[in-house]
Amino acid sequence: MKYVDEYRNNEQVQALVRAIRKATTQTWHIMEICGGQTHAIARYRLEEMLPEQVRLLHGPGCPVCVTPVTLIDQALELAKRPDVILASFGDMMRVPGTREDLLQVKAHGADVRMLYSPLDAVRLAETNPGKEVVFFAIGFETTAPVHMMALKEAQRKKLSNFSLLTSLFTVPPAIDAILSDPESKVDGFLTAGHVCAITGNSAYHQLAEKYKTPMVVTGFEPVDLLLGIYRCLLQLENGSYFVENAYRRAVPEEGNPAARALMDETLEPCDQEWRGIGIIPGSGLQLKKTYAIYSSREKFPFLPRETEISSECIAGNIMRGVSQPSDCPFFGKACSPERPMGAPMVSSEGVCAAYYKYS
Amino acid sequence: MKNEDFNCPVPFNDSDCVLMAHGGGGRMTHRLISDIFYPAFRNPLLEQDHDGCVFPVQEGRMAYSTDSFVVDPIFFPGGDIGDLAVNGTVNDLACCGARPLYLTAGFILEEGLPLSDLQRIVRSMRKAADKAGVQIVAGDTKVVERGKCDKLFINTSGIGVVPEGIRIAPDRVRPGDVVICSGPIGAHGITILSARESLGFETNLKSDTVSLNNMLSQLLKNIEEVHVLRDPTRGGVSGTLNEIAKAARVEIVLDEASLPIPDAVKGASEILGLDPLYIANEGLVLVILPETRSQEALAVMKSFPEGKNATIIGRITGEDNAIVKMKTPYGNYRIVDMLSGEQLPRIC
Repeated sequence: MKYVDEYRNNEQVQALVRAIRKATTQTWHIMEICGGQTHAIARYRLEEMLPEQVRLLHGPGCPVCVTPVTLIDQALELAKRPDVILASFGDMMRVPGTREDLLQVKAHGADVRMLYSPLDAVRLAETNPGKEVVFFAIGFETTAPVHMMALKEAQRKKLSNFSLLTSLFTVPPAIDAILSDPESKVDGFLTAGHVCAITGNSAYHQLAEKYKTPMVVTGFEPVDLLLGIYRCLLQLENGSYFVENAYRRAVPEEGNPAARALMDETLEPCDQEWRGIGIIPGSGLQLKKTYAIYSSREKFPFLPRETEISSECIAGNIMRGVSQPSDCPFFGKACSPERPMGAPMVSSEGVCAAYYKYS
Repeated sequence: MKNEDFNCPVPFNDSDCVLMAHGGGGRMTHRLISDIFYPAFRNPLLEQDHDGCVFPVQEGRMAYSTDSFVVDPIFFPGGDIGDLAVNGTVNDLACCGARPLYLTAGFILEEGLPLSDLQRIVRSMRKAADKAGVQIVAGDTKVVERGKCDKLFINTSGIGVVPEGIRIAPDRVRPGDVVICSGPIGAHGITILSARESLGFETNLKSDTVSLNNMLSQLLKNIEEVHVLRDPTRGGVSGTLNEIAKAARVEIVLDEASLPIPDAVKGASEILGLDPLYIANEGLVLVILPETRSQEALAVMKSFPEGKNATIIGRITGEDNAIVKMKTPYGNYRIVDMLSGEQLPRIC
């Protein structure tokens, strides 16, 4: 398969593994931020191929996993209304709220639709004028522009029965929070290539400087990931720290100006709760006041605002890079993809689910 | 609707779609049977016009299986719910080592289903039955109100005879056996997905739905030592092999590089975040047998169109550790687990 096979090529993988072995002289902790990268690392068993001194830590970059329980409860509440069609990506269907998940409320009669694109939700609103179509819009900077495209499309079509229940996160404040944590072990970061393809690299230059930590823009295939790890190691071994682009085929330095302009027009930063971690200042995106008519929370102001969570799950520590899934006493026992106790076991891109599936 | 679409003498001048009365047991029901089902399925056993079908039995062992079909959409590239329903039960019997003989067919019809669609489906069932050499000898029809089912659901049950000397069972799997896969993986599931309007992508894939009994009967005639035959439908290759590993308490190791996955399946899976090993197939069989007989088995399978791409995808490497592993292209191993939850709804 073109554009994929080249980046899974065994000779290139082995050559990079050899180069990494040769370059490594001491223990380094490298965190990949993105759940898609975590999934690929687990799937291709890349950690086993690395020298023991290179330790990979797995960051909080799975939007399904970090969407707070309160928001899931809001989605469930909306889905149960007879005047609402609740649509979302397939991954959200099994994420447990306080008491149930979307598949369960669907089984009890709620109109819940699994879609592959938010634009399909706009079409759904068009064909169901008597219903409010709520799209549960989760994601990082990668997905946010697509949600905003749907919003603009709804605006263009003058639809008044379309709204977004947003759960949008941004990566740089999360990296800031992880690196400023005194417990942090992270020596270098692999930043998420598809996020940088939208945002560009400017925010990462500041972070690399502030924490004297290498940041390598990295892709998602085995060759991409190993190249990212290798470039990060070279910086660490040399004592340098800067933003380096190891995913040039997808990421221009300035990102995607059109997508950024759309986000700037419609969204503004907000403090955001991350499931398992807590509130990270300025790490979320919310609809600007001018677009409030497309906000499900504005349309349905009665939605639950707070949820009490009591859990022995150590998800927060895992996603901050302080613990590994194997440190958790529940991993693979009380906690499994069928019965997840915490965020990282929920989505296939969550770190615990990826470890559970492939090892 | 054009009259020449039908080979029945009297066209449906009163209705062109299924009505509740078609399930009422009265004149309309009889019209439906005599105009649509009988002309399509016609055979002496069916025409006994009885509550059931009476037939002579042979000595030896019989196999009996049943399956229900609810696929959405009911027509898709490469097939429809009708041939899927025949092939599904025929293949289940063939994978028991049996020579399939007779099928029954139960139809749940949604009020409003176009009769031309029903006609097309029963004809496709007959065609599939002829190809597999089986007869549809009894049937039943129920009609439910609009919205109570989706167009139509079909149940087929089937009976077959297991030849002397054949014993197909997971507990016969032994270290040293190999796993042969009869053809490309994942075509059916991805075809169904892309046929759904909401997905908005197109492939040149076709469902692989086909009956496997002719090929498997020849295989068993030549090689009695076949230990297991399984068609990896729902749950895909991974689900099927995990079931075998658990039943036989053996370790199965697949070789990722040898998996016959078409580019279109790979590409669609990448886009949709699916794993081809969990995608349903409808014309595929996994054959497990001693490695010493594997080349002979491949030769037999390759002489049939449905097995022309047969290839060895893995081996049984050990006992007591009931898992499926995959050798990655980089020489390390990862677990191939069973699917958690459902990957895709209503694929068969």
